[in-house]
Amino acid sequence: MEVESAKLLGAALAMGLGALGPGIGLGILASKALEAIGRNPEAQGKVQTTMILAIAVTEAVAIYALVIALMILFA
Amino acid sequence: MEISIAAEKLFSIGSLPITNALLIGVIVSAGLILFITAVTRKPESVPRGFQNLLEIIFEALLNLVESVTQDKKQAREFFPLVATIFLFVICANWAGLLPGLGTVGVLHGEADHQTIIPFLRSTSADLNFTLALSLMTVFIIQFTGIAALGIAKYGKKFFISPFHKPYGIGTLVGVLELVSEVGKTISFTFRLFGNVFAGEVLLTVMLHLVPFFLPLPFMFLEVFVGFIQAVVFSMLTLVFLKMATLEAEH
Repeated sequence: MEVESAKLLGAALAMGLGALGPGIGLGILASKALEAIGRNPEAQGKVQTTMILAIAVTEAVAIYALVIALMILFA
Repeated sequence: MEISIAAEKLFSIGSLPITNALLIGVIVSAGLILFITAVTRKPESVPRGFQNLLEIIFEALLNLVESVTQDKKQAREFFPLVATIFLFVICANWAGLLPGLGTVGVLHGEADHQTIIPFLRSTSADLNFTLALSLMTVFIIQFTGIAALGIAKYGKKFFISPFHKPYGIGTLVGVLELVSEVGKTISFTFRLFGNVFAGEVLLTVMLHLVPFFLPLPFMFLEVFVGFIQAVVFSMLTLVFLKMATLEAEH
């Protein structure tokens, strides 16, 4: 297999598989946060702020995979 | 369509290479400093115009900091760092969205293989900047913890002696805490870099495909992502600062 096609395959696999975990995690996060808001609508501000923070940290894991994919492709 | 992970060099001053990300970073920080000093030159008791805008932003940030630290005095201490990080990162992220991203630049290369080096590249899309910012942040967190607790107590969080309970496991947990400090540096760096760089690549690709209306939702996404990444960086700094000044619990 030539280097070019190996690069393309590597980048695709890295991003594809690397987005599985964070995707599921984000879904669970958001659903629990919505549940908490539904139970206690007064705490919406606090729950929302914490949820945004947790979403960004979880998303960072997918971003690591994206950085590796981009590095494989372009460097 | 040139995409490179490292920021491209525009020219050199002596032996210091000036990259496009560095140029934008200097312009953004100079602009911020000039704007804020010009607005607060003669503060009035009843603010109008730009002073009003600045006070709204600062008050929102101060409330955010106070809600996390639950302590007004500590909030005042942490506020300068957190607010500076927030303002600089958000302006640096949004500077990469100005018209001319990846298109206006300097020509370079041989006659039949010419490409341009763009002038505009968001500062946060340069790994040097995000690494520097996260190293600085993690060191400040350590120093704040040492200043608040004293070096012996702060060291006790990481170097737990295996002779007291919980034997052995405590030492391991301490070593893990040390490793997680390094992990914080790496995750700060790559979170900001990855989000902004990926956004830039996405915009470049979209603009190459359909230059006219399709990139609009992606521009909205980029604005939103830039804002969220600034909020996350400063909030995480704040939370780690707060945790560093807490006593070690069991």
